[in-house]
Amino acid sequence: MPAPARYSRSIDWVTVGLYAFMVLLGWLNVYAASYSPEAPGSLFSFDFNYGKQLVWIGTAVVLIVILLVIDYKAYDTLAYVLYGGMIVLLLLTLFIARPIAGSRSWLELGPVRLQPAEFAKFTTALAVSRYMASINLRHQNWRDQLVLAGMTLLPVALIIASNETGQALVYAALLLAYFREGMSPLILIILASAGIILILALLVPTFWLLGAFTLILVLVFVFNTRIFRHHLPVALSVWAIVIGMVFGVNYFFNSVLHDYQRKRIEVLLNPSADPLGVGWNVTQSKIAIGSGGFTGKGFLQGTQTKFDFVPEQSTDFIFCTVGEEWGWLGTITVIILFVALLSRILYVAERQKSVFGRTYGYCVASIIFFHFCINIGMTIGLAPVVGIPLPFFSYGGSSLWSFTILLFILLAIDAYRKQDLNR
Amino acid sequence: MQYLEGRKYVVLAIFLAVALVFGTRLFYIQVLDGSYKLAADRNTLQRIVQTPYRGLIYDRNGKILVQNTPVYDLMVVPREVKTLDTARFCQLLQLPIEELREALLAAKIYSRVKASPLVQNLSTPELAAIQDNLMDFPGFSIKARMARSYQDTLLAHALGYVGPVTPAHLEKPKYAKYLPGDNLGISGLESFYENELMGHRGVQYRMVNVRGIEKGSFRDGEFDTLSVAGQDLHTSIDLELQRYGEQLMQGKRGSVVALDPKTGEILAFVSAPFYNPTQLTGKGLGNRYMDLLRNQERPLFNRPLMATYPPGSVFKLVNELIALQEGVVTPSTGFPCNWKLVRCTHRHENPSNLSIAIKNSCNPYFYQVMRATVMRGRSSKKNQDAALGLADWRQNVVSFGLAQHLGVDLPGERMGLIPSPTFYDKRYGKNHWNFRTIYSLAIGQGEIGITGLQMANILATIANRGYYYPPHFVRGIGKGGPRPEYQVKHVTTVDPQYFEALIPGMQAVVDGGRGATGSFASLASLGISVAGKTGTVQNPHGEDHATFAAFAPAEDPKIAIAVFIENAGFGGVSAAPLASLMMEKYLRGSVSPGRKRWEYWVMNGKFISKKKH
Repeated sequence: MPAPARYSRSIDWVTVGLYAFMVLLGWLNVYAASYSPEAPGSLFSFDFNYGKQLVWIGTAVVLIVILLVIDYKAYDTLAYVLYGGMIVLLLLTLFIARPIAGSRSWLELGPVRLQPAEFAKFTTALAVSRYMASINLRHQNWRDQLVLAGMTLLPVALIIASNETGQALVYAALLLAYFREGMSPLILIILASAGIILILALLVPTFWLLGAFTLILVLVFVFNTRIFRHHLPVALSVWAIVIGMVFGVNYFFNSVLHDYQRKRIEVLLNPSADPLGVGWNVTQSKIAIGSGGFTGKGFLQGTQTKFDFVPEQSTDFIFCTVGEEWGWLGTITVIILFVALLSRILYVAERQKSVFGRTYGYCVASIIFFHFCINIGMTIGLAPVVGIPLPFFSYGGSSLWSFTILLFILLAIDAYRKQDLNR
Repeated sequence: MQYLEGRKYVVLAIFLAVALVFGTRLFYIQVLDGSYKLAADRNTLQRIVQTPYRGLIYDRNGKILVQNTPVYDLMVVPREVKTLDTARFCQLLQLPIEELREALLAAKIYSRVKASPLVQNLSTPELAAIQDNLMDFPGFSIKARMARSYQDTLLAHALGYVGPVTPAHLEKPKYAKYLPGDNLGISGLESFYENELMGHRGVQYRMVNVRGIEKGSFRDGEFDTLSVAGQDLHTSIDLELQRYGEQLMQGKRGSVVALDPKTGEILAFVSAPFYNPTQLTGKGLGNRYMDLLRNQERPLFNRPLMATYPPGSVFKLVNELIALQEGVVTPSTGFPCNWKLVRCTHRHENPSNLSIAIKNSCNPYFYQVMRATVMRGRSSKKNQDAALGLADWRQNVVSFGLAQHLGVDLPGERMGLIPSPTFYDKRYGKNHWNFRTIYSLAIGQGEIGITGLQMANILATIANRGYYYPPHFVRGIGKGGPRPEYQVKHVTTVDPQYFEALIPGMQAVVDGGRGATGSFASLASLGISVAGKTGTVQNPHGEDHATFAAFAPAEDPKIAIAVFIENAGFGGVSAAPLASLMMEKYLRGSVSPGRKRWEYWVMNGKFISKKKH
């Protein structure tokens, strides 16, 4: 147990400040989203989301104290144990959870409902960081890479099985952390290209795509005869793979995906196609944000969010309240706060001496970034409607706790690192 | 390991790129693109228009002519309709089950959460049946709205009717403040005083949530306006006189217009045949309107205002006044009843002065009066002399409010025709006509047309000895007076002394003893002196039209009246007693028992010819 005064000096207060500010802003918006002028209740009333959120925030503070007091070595040491325990919990959840809104991912402990998938993020992050410290990704050891992929995909599989596709997608963000630790950029590039081809395959008629890709191939040969002479088989295989993907995507989209999944993707590509059905969420969300203007309608003055036009307004669509009541000034502030927090986390990660600490830092940044990216993206029609919360803003205990744990483990590791230096 | 350090910038760049995309996108949808703000208002703002209470219309004694009564619609909110006992519901409303299904479907298509009418204009038994059982039918409600109604089915032509605005109306800027489904006055006073009657629409903005439930007013009602009820119209119509006039005109074709000469106020305005104004209210208005329009009796035709007839002998009065003013004759001038160009319809004493001529309606006398007026020898050429004389004559005639709109407060007034030299030039060629062409004008025949209203106005002018106020119905709008144009005195070109000179002859028409043409109009038994003039309008298409125009009491006129009955022959037989009954009714309040025989005579006389014009 380190001396409290010196210890507190070594905590990264910039991150803590950003965290506290975002949680406070988040609570104000949850308050605005659930506030009803006809039935104003007590701030602490457990009947309202804002009352419950205050309780979650209070308990999060307790969590923070505990996390900072625990010896940082415990996170390293217990990484695999926590990971294993969480896998068991996820499995258990699959079997004992009551289905809520089509997903079997909630554990009920008395009045409190927790979503283990939320907490699997930090256990997985700890485990892969620990593993990363023991290998060298650069050396392209297939065995190591497979183990890492397996560690990442195991919770993903379990979460998909519980029908929480959104939470499962988050793990894709870990690729950014792996990239920092030496994963080939080719993987990122291939995945990004695959993503682009996927979207094109859904948007553009297959016939046009075939023509376009073939044309590109011909043009490459015409203008770069070297590729034609030396890499003809490679070029042709890339072309074949791309064409194959186009057909594959269409097959997958039309024959494999569930209706609701297909609809989510359709809405992403063209939300105005069905404004009252599938596109309702996106349309109303954009209306709420768009109607905020430059300075917004003012605190508690939002009409779209208050009168229930925006669904899930205090959880997944909390950003609509920000946009409507605080306008562009509010939304850009939130974006700047996230960029500031993410940069600070990268900075903190980079100053770690251990691979474990740095990788974990990158995992934290990647996971928060992915949530930020998808959540805000979906509210403004740039990302599919995937039910994942906006870190620190969205109402919900599981999400607030899981992001708090995620972030403060990093701060604990960081604080002890400084502690070591100071000694 | 060193080169991997650089990858932190790649990661950071990805973060910044996404943030930049979001910031830009948000700037676009929040600041640059205004369509989201409109969409938000469409979402939450519900515009509730409060239709103001339409102004009422009263008669001169404060009796109601037109009022608003609630009619009831059965409304439905499809979402709130739970298990509906269709059989019982249809039985209560006497509604076929298919119709109910169709109506429910239509309501559903309109909105699941907003109320829309299922059955409009519930009859009283339907209302009673459904109202008591409304508890058993959640989602259904009764909504009252106002429709025009009439206590008496009188005065239809003047009152006009109210109907829904049409898409054609809405395209015109004049109707910019109307909304589809609004009512507006389509004819008569309802149309003329539309702005006053309509009042001001109130608009309230309510905020509603996603389910259409009201969530209070928008910005504390900053943009709300209250509706202002329309102004009442106080007309000069005497309801009892009007009722009596319509009774007397029952089964006839023609018009009766009674004026208060001192003010130009219209006391009675009868256009026969009539229609019931109630027919032009409510559901099925369009069909009933078409029925009335196709009716061969043309009940929609507003005769006092739109039918122009040659005035016949009554017009001799105007010609005489002009001749006196021009100084070509004096009241004591005599002309022989010489049958030279025109025949006289009566055998009578020698018209040795004006009064005798008027009493006997001597055609040759007035032919010579007209000749004296027109042929003044201002040109050596007879046809040029006639043209000059006619132009002068016309100028004088027009000052009686003829060949122009009198400006009554009803739409559709006709001007009538008083021919000018140009008129005959066009017809016959310049200098190709002379006095012999136009001599019919001397006795109010030929190329001349005036309306019943203009005829009454001529009598009012004579009663006033030389001036008139434009005839009008409305003498009070809301708490104010009539429109200012009805308080403008119009003076004729003829001096009052000549009017004075005319009146003894007009009295003699009625009370002149043996040979008096209008003796059936005498109220001498009641001590009322009537001044009048009969007329029989030659009708090339059938039986002559009967006219009689009069005012009473002659010394201090309180009523001027013009009666015009189509195809009823000699004016003194049918029109004169009818006019006298009207005047008695107005001046005495009722018709004395001694004169009930005249009432019987007018109501049952077979004046109307089978021949149609």
